[in-house]
Parts: sequence; C-alpha cells; structure tokens
Amino acid sequence: MRASPGGRPGTMWSRMAAGLRKESVSEAITGYLFVSPFLVTIGTFIFFAAVYAFYLSFHKYDLFSPPKFVGLANYRKLLTNTDFRIALRNVAVYTAGVVPTQTAVAIALAVLANQKLKLRGFFRSAYYVPCITSSVASSLIFMWLYYKQGIINYILSLLRLPSNIDWLGNPSTALPAIMTLVTWTTSAYFMVVFLAALQDIPTSVYEASKIDGASGWQTFWHVTLPLLRPSIFLVVVLGTIGCMQVFDQVYIMTRGGPLKSTMSIVYLVYTEAFGDLKFGYGAAMAFALFAVIFVLTLIQRKYLDIKIEY
Amino acid sequence: MRMMLLNVRASGDGAAAGGALLMGAHSRRRWHAVARQGGVVAIYVVAIAVTIVTLAPFAFTISASFKTLSEVLEWPPSFIPSRLTLDNYRAVWTVSPLFPRWLLNSALASAITVVTNVFFCSLAGYAFARLRFPGRDAIFLATLGTLMIPGQITLIPRYIIVHRLGLVDSLAGLVLPDVARVFGVFLMVQFIKAIPKELEEAAKIDGCSRFGTYVHVVLPLCRPVLAALTIFTFQGTWNDFTWPLIVLNSPENFTLALGLNYLRGQYYTFWHLVLTGSLFNIIPMLIIFLLFQRYFVQGISMSGLKG
Repeated sequence: MRASPGGRPGTMWSRMAAGLRKESVSEAITGYLFVSPFLVTIGTFIFFAAVYAFYLSFHKYDLFSPPKFVGLANYRKLLTNTDFRIALRNVAVYTAGVVPTQTAVAIALAVLANQKLKLRGFFRSAYYVPCITSSVASSLIFMWLYYKQGIINYILSLLRLPSNIDWLGNPSTALPAIMTLVTWTTSAYFMVVFLAALQDIPTSVYEASKIDGASGWQTFWHVTLPLLRPSIFLVVVLGTIGCMQVFDQVYIMTRGGPLKSTMSIVYLVYTEAFGDLKFGYGAAMAFALFAVIFVLTLIQRKYLDIKIEY
Repeated sequence: MRMMLLNVRASGDGAAAGGALLMGAHSRRRWHAVARQGGVVAIYVVAIAVTIVTLAPFAFTISASFKTLSEVLEWPPSFIPSRLTLDNYRAVWTVSPLFPRWLLNSALASAITVVTNVFFCSLAGYAFARLRFPGRDAIFLATLGTLMIPGQITLIPRYIIVHRLGLVDSLAGLVLPDVARVFGVFLMVQFIKAIPKELEEAAKIDGCSRFGTYVHVVLPLCRPVLAALTIFTFQGTWNDFTWPLIVLNSPENFTLALGLNYLRGQYYTFWHLVLTGSLFNIIPMLIIFLLFQRYFVQGISMSGLKG
C-alpha cells in the first residue's frame, strides 16, 4: 500500500499552482463534495469522538450537569480500583490464552484448507460458518451447550472425563469456557488471512525444498512458517486488540461473574458509564486500556514484524 | 520379454513379476502409493473432524428447534428429536409478540447501512483514488490512522453525541454513526486504483460529468468490491450487539440480536425458544454468505483487515 492514494506525483506547490486553473478548481470542489459525507461521519463519530473521550477522561460528567474538571483524579482512582485490577488480570489471562491458540488453529486450518482435497470449497465454507455467526447467537448456543446437564458434559462423560461441571457457574472454569467459545468463532477469520498468504508463496520455494530432500514436516517448519511471519504478526496484533476489548460474550453469558472471574475492562467501562453514569471515569478507563493495547502492539512489532521478499 | 515385464508392471500384479530388481522397485513404489493414500485418508479424516467441530453446535441447535422444552434439557441429550413439528417456530412469534418487530428493525438497519456505505464509501473512494484536491493525501492518511483507534474509546462520546441529537432509542440513532465506515473507503480506494484510467478518460471526452463518470463507468466496474462491501456492512450491522445495547432502550426498538438476549432474560428457562430464535439471526447471514462467499475471502485478502 502506498501512502499516496492517487499515485500521481505532485508537491504541494505544484498542486497550488495547478489550482489556479479553472479545471482544477472544479475538480477540487468535486473531490471535497464526494468525500464530504464520509468525512462528516468519521469526523464526528471517530475524530471528534476520540478527542472528546480524552477531554472527558479529565472531567466528571453524568450527561445532565455540565462536565466538571477533575484533573487526573479519574486516572488516579483507577490505580486503587480493585475491580479494574481484577479486570486487567482477567483480560491478560484471556488474551494470553486466546491469541496463541487461535493463531495456531488458524494456521492449521489454512494448511488444511489449502490441500488439494475433493470438496475443498465445502470444507472452507464449513470452517468459516462460526465466523459469520453473531456473538449473541454463538453465546446463547454455547450457554446451552455448557449447561450442567448439557451436551458438552455429556460428550465428556462418554469419554469418561470429569463431566459434572457447571462451566459458566464456576469461577475457575467460566473464563476458559468463554475463551474456548471465542477461539471457536474467530479462528476461521484468521484462517482466511493465512490462506491468502499461503497462496502467495511461489511453488518454486516448495520445489527447492523438495530437491533438498526436506520432508513435509520440515518444509512446513523451516520454509512455510517463516514465510508466514508477516501474516502471523498481523493476526497476533489484530487478535490482541480484539481480545483486550472482549465484551459481548461476557455481558451475555456471565455478566462478569461468577465472583468477577470473567469481568473484562470493557464490561467495567460499560457498567461505570452506562450503569452509573460516570462517563468521565469510564472514558479514563477506556484510555488506560488503549494505552495497554498500544504498548502491546509496539512490543509485538519489535519481536514479530519482518518484511519478506521473494 | 521386455514387453511382458512392462505389462506386469502396468497390471500391478506383484506375484507374477520376474527379476529381483524389478520386484524391489515395484514393491517400493507400491509402498509409496499406500503411504500416500494413507496420508490422503488422514487428511480427509482431519478435515472431516474439523467440520464436525465447527458445524456440530449448529446441528444441535437445529435439532433443538424441533424439540419440546423438556426434551431440550433432558439427560442424556438426544440428537434426533422425537417429533418433527414447527411448534417452536410458531411459538417464537407468539410468545414474544415483538419478535417480528426485531426482525424488521434488524433488516431496516442493515439495509440502510448497506445502501449508505455502498454510496458514500464508493464516492469517497473514487475521489481519493482519482480526483486531485489540496490535502487529499493527508486526509486519506488521517482516516487510515483512525483504524488504530479501538472501538471502545469512541463508545461513550458516540452515545453522548447521539443523545445530544435527541436520537437515543431510535433507528436513526442506531444507524447514524455507521453510515460510512473507514474500512469501506479503504477497500474502494485499493480497488479503484487498480482499474485502468482509459475508460474514465473516454467518458470525459464524451462530455460525461465527474458524477456521471462515477455512476456510469466506475460503479459498474466496481461490482465485485461493492458485493464484498455489501456483505461486510450487512454482517456488521446485522450481528452487532454492543452499540444497539447502548443506544436502544425500549424493547420494541430492539434489533434481533438484542431481542434474543432480551428473550433469554425474560423467559430464562425457555431454551427451546431461545435456540429457535437464534436460528432467525444465523440463517439470513448464512444465506448471504453462501451466495457471495468468494467476495468474503476477496474482501479479507484485499485488506488483511476486519470489516
């Protein structure tokens, strides 16, 4: 992707000189007109919203009385808030579990879906179906599957494994249960990213590996996987950003419980802002999470990002 | 003699083959073939096992949609329902009288965001890719930068803005922040840049206005990317939960996704109806996916980003 969307070279000065021509003026007006509905929308709901959220994070605001400046009080309150600490810990466990699992599953699915199989189209579609299912539908279905006398416990009992588990009602199993559901829904999305990357690898690379006498496993480990590194970086970054913001499944399945074991940061933002009308405090919490995500992305970039040229 | 040996090899009859050398090569090749077949079988076994894992929850849900409440919750669970009636499908509409409203609200919200995104994003994409105006590149880069802002940051201000506009708890408030998405413009710019310019120049010579060129030349060429944009926008609105949860208060204004969660809260133990209702959320999306699935893949691989 290039920075310049038009692809035509032109400095600010040459464009301003060209701007004197009548033709260019009408082109510029048309251009502004064409981008205006889009710009007004994202200008309001993204640019202004982000700045406004930052402003609010230094204020006390309940929607009805005017915002009151409180300095860093909201942020200072976060440091002593035990719920925030619990939520941060839950989200860390959640992300550390889901991101590596879904990335590994996605690579495995992509390699599988890239094999020359009959019905390959069918398999690819079947793997993608969890991904197009809404968070509500998948959460409701899994609530029922996780039920104490539900199908998951039944399957475990058939395998002679511990099966009398109240998955979502037990503080030690509720978070892993949600992590499993999310891995099930999102892996196929990232499979598509890896599938596209696998198809970009020239066959000559595999041929060279074959001539060198590498086995299938060796080829995967020493040739394919290193070439997938840019995609792995992308998937890990996007996965981390998504995981840190987990909300829907928590809200629908457990409401943060039992005993706050599934309480996430966005769930806390939701209850503070829309439950207790502490909009300034909620905004500060959201920015604290943003800071964490930002630092994690920088770290991942340092250790994972790499450019590949064939 | 040579002919005969070749025939033997070709027929694959190992016992009849003469000569130790030939025998060795033959059985080795046969072993390779068996191993390769074994490998192929293993791959199919894994592929089918994964299919079961991804589809089984839906199969269980479809099965449950034909069961009575007691059957849905019985132990041990049965896979095949004892009867095949559409009672649950009827009950979902009658037990919860708002169910048709939720479906309608979801359909309306999705249709509106699809139309506005297709129109506004393609228009802006065309301008960013083709027209020259001061500040264009800077504006485009700035909009790309917003992809780094997590959605939860803008959630609170979005609500406050919509509240100020007096649009809380309305369809307008639900769709307004999503009438044009950054992802859509990004997708359009990438696609339009790859189209050869000659056709547009020809249209210009024929006296077509810029808007005319966009409508008559650019849009028809963009059909595949517009299909992808349609699907991603539909999926985004149809499946969304967080924003509707925040902006909508009265049950009659709920979308289906929100309504399903409400249904579960109202009739906590009516799992047969909750599961049947969730199929109404899944199936329209599934149909659109099956009809246009190649655009799904195209859209993701074109951008490497989620819509």
